[in-house]
Amino acid sequence: MDLKFSNAEPFAEERDAIDRRLGGPGEDGWDGGERDERDHRSAQTSLPAWSRRHLVLEALHAVNDRVGWISPGALNYIGKRLSVAPADVYSVATFYALFSTNLRPKRIVHVCTDIACVARGSKEVCEGLEKRLGPAGAMNGWKHSPCLGVCERAPAALAVEAGDPPHEHLIGPATVDEVLLALNNGPAALAAEAPPVMAVPQAGQEGLVLLKRVGQVDPESIDDYLATDGYAGLRRAFEMGPAQIISEVKDSRLMGRGGAAFPAGIKWESTAKQPATPRYLVCNADESEPGTFKDRALLEGDPFALIESMTIAGYAIGAERGYIYLRGEYPRSYRLLRNAIEKARERGFLGANILGTGWSFELEIRRGAGAYICGEETAIFNSIEGYRGEPRSKPPFPFEQGLFGKPTVVNNVETLYNVPLIMQIGGAQYAKIGTEGSTGPKLFCVSGNLVRPGVYEVPFGATLGEVLKLAGGVPQGRTLQAVLLGGAAGGFVRADELDIPLTFEGARANDTTLGSGVVLAFDDTVDLSGILLRIARFFRDESCGQCVPCRVGTVRQEEALLRIVHNHGDAGAKGRDVGLLRDVGLAMKDASICGLGQAAWNAVESAIDRLGVLKESR
Amino acid sequence: MNAPYMAPADTPVRQVTITIDGEEVSVPEGSTILTACNEAGKDTPTLCYGDTLTPKNACRVCMVELKGSRVLVPSCSRKVQPGMEVMTDTERVRHSRRLVLELLGSSVDLSTTPRIPEWMERYNADPDRYGERAGESLRRDVHDPGEHHAGNGSIAATMAQPDKIDNDLYVREYDKCILCYKCVDACGPQWQNSFAIQIAGRGFDAQISTEFAVELPDSACVFCGNCVEVCPTGALSFKTEYDMRAAGTWDESQQTTTTTVCTYCGVGCNLELHVQDNKIVKVTSPHDHSVSHGNLCIKGRFGYAHVQSREKDGSS
Repeated sequence: MDLKFSNAEPFAEERDAIDRRLGGPGEDGWDGGERDERDHRSAQTSLPAWSRRHLVLEALHAVNDRVGWISPGALNYIGKRLSVAPADVYSVATFYALFSTNLRPKRIVHVCTDIACVARGSKEVCEGLEKRLGPAGAMNGWKHSPCLGVCERAPAALAVEAGDPPHEHLIGPATVDEVLLALNNGPAALAAEAPPVMAVPQAGQEGLVLLKRVGQVDPESIDDYLATDGYAGLRRAFEMGPAQIISEVKDSRLMGRGGAAFPAGIKWESTAKQPATPRYLVCNADESEPGTFKDRALLEGDPFALIESMTIAGYAIGAERGYIYLRGEYPRSYRLLRNAIEKARERGFLGANILGTGWSFELEIRRGAGAYICGEETAIFNSIEGYRGEPRSKPPFPFEQGLFGKPTVVNNVETLYNVPLIMQIGGAQYAKIGTEGSTGPKLFCVSGNLVRPGVYEVPFGATLGEVLKLAGGVPQGRTLQAVLLGGAAGGFVRADELDIPLTFEGARANDTTLGSGVVLAFDDTVDLSGILLRIARFFRDESCGQCVPCRVGTVRQEEALLRIVHNHGDAGAKGRDVGLLRDVGLAMKDASICGLGQAAWNAVESAIDRLGVLKESR
Repeated sequence: MNAPYMAPADTPVRQVTITIDGEEVSVPEGSTILTACNEAGKDTPTLCYGDTLTPKNACRVCMVELKGSRVLVPSCSRKVQPGMEVMTDTERVRHSRRLVLELLGSSVDLSTTPRIPEWMERYNADPDRYGERAGESLRRDVHDPGEHHAGNGSIAATMAQPDKIDNDLYVREYDKCILCYKCVDACGPQWQNSFAIQIAGRGFDAQISTEFAVELPDSACVFCGNCVEVCPTGALSFKTEYDMRAAGTWDESQQTTTTTVCTYCGVGCNLELHVQDNKIVKVTSPHDHSVSHGNLCIKGRFGYAHVQSREKDGSS
């Protein structure tokens, strides 16, 4: 392609970072991004480079990790190496919140201001930081962040230091002093991160299925994994063969745990039936729904189980390659997963000719870069392919045309963790766990104002009250005000609705949703209108901007809520604004392209109608 | 990835019958609901739809209700399937169309978008109810995805920003931009393959942009003007039109359009010369023309100054 680049050149360390990720000069495309005489005589060099468009996001990560931001020279160099226009690279770079196309310091601390953290003191941390460092902003070294997925240790923060290698460190509970230490001396100076088991108060208890290894094994040791029943599921799967695996998963009635609750067996079957190849498997580990941290607990406590589960799923649907799309804010999960893939490959559980069966399967991790929308099942494809993480319109559905336009299964992390169990005990036996409409064990992300926040595993069927009790209830002397189910895209329920069964059918019957398994409790000290504002802010920040109802609707929703909160007293104005919220909300729900816009008004609507917050005045 | 635009083949295709507002309509297999709506005589508002481009279905003003679908569907891109029951004027459809018009009207300058007043009236849209509009922002080209300044809700955020005048051929008024992606698609793989512009930033802060918002002459722009051709709102316009509008002399009722063949090379692109006061004020190209499909190069689009030379010796 005849691409035009400015004269901006990369710095040596930018060039080095990009070359290390993309391979040295001469391995593809133009030699080191330079055109020489041979290139002018033939066009053959651009095709191999062009076919690696999917590495744009990886190359941007490489630069951002190394120097902390993406300069015009680095952007040009990525474009030249991959034969992508600079405007295209720029459009991708400016889509993700963890990247910066403006100069900024090497050390940045992202301080979570999302709902679970705001209920547990992040406001005070931010006020302290404002006094010491000035207002939040990259140049002052700290930024506000949406949910970091560390809700059990709220308030949370993510300290990042660019370099070779970069240092990333999740802090929780975060204090002003720790943030300052991370900025002054680097994240390496911080005390070691709390062990993964801290997220799982039930760790070590009898009868756990999904969480059984968390805290009980060394997450870096494949021997520990093998000694605790690891890879028994895969061996059983190889005995059964793809058709029977799928039929067992169908019999298990396993429903997706990411929020949409789609039957996993149907998804696998319809993909396996497609004539087109190659087929792909994508694990959605872009856990970003505010209040959700179950996948992190699994990945950090038992990473090998994901590798095994994906190998079974890949075998069942006939995929030769799987992608783990991991959110960029999970540095420890990234490290542990990389280790797990490496170890599994060494032992012949991954790669060519797995366990001598003649079947081969590869796994690759792709890191997100700060975009909630990339957890949408088609946005995840665009992101992996190196495009902006904008959702595609459906149809075509992923099983027909997914990643790289090929039949694809996208499964949530927790969904996949059920697969080895189904292999071992069979679908029918699995279906006996839980209730008729919701089978199996389920993880709940229980956080907010509770004594023991954390990830809890219960068989489907427990009520909201029972789950809250597991977490110790609200601290003594406080009363429960409301519970948010399903995260920012979910809905509020009242403190007197604790007998709602936390099953798919129970939630539906009570006109609410389980979503990703968020159970976020707010006691009477929490200002719910502030929580609503944060949710509205979240959706405005995370809208990809593609369709009008969501792009402008999320803005108008936030503005109306701000007016209502600032206009106490003026009943007429409040009534008009609530009416406006309903109008905008309905249009977002009915006319947005994807689930983000369609759900952006759920929580606010439930707060108005169920809790009576922002009571309408006539 | 969008598929490139394909002209309809001459081979016979199967007809598919669906009902629209209770009446049966038959259209060729592979047609969209919008085609069927047009066939049935339903006047469907569209903004991001382009007859020479793959539907992006971003604006959501053409939404219709489809029986069995949880949400409304975009008529411009959803293909017909036998037996579909489509409703184009239900309360839900009217509500969504009204809100899309209001949301755009409250954030974008739609003064040069054709048919907007008619649609606003038809759907009873009131863009003013979102409050006082924010004035020009000088930071629309600085992207901090995932962050914004919230204010107190008294000012409605808008696309308002200074016009981008960085060359003599065409002007970009992004306060009129509805982010329909048509210019991006025309500049990119669907037509021109210049890849000079893309969407930068995210959410409401998204903006059509070159890399680091460099000016067009420094970008990969080849000034073919095919983006101007497809822009539905007048956000992209000929410099001549922009200047005449500023001077108050732009008057479409005084303009004639003459279709002719471009004389620069042998390809045979058709030109439509828009003439006011015996001067060419802009050049378009017929979208249904089998050679150019609405596209031109810089010479055909902008190279007409010599036609207007009034001096016999060629000097102007």
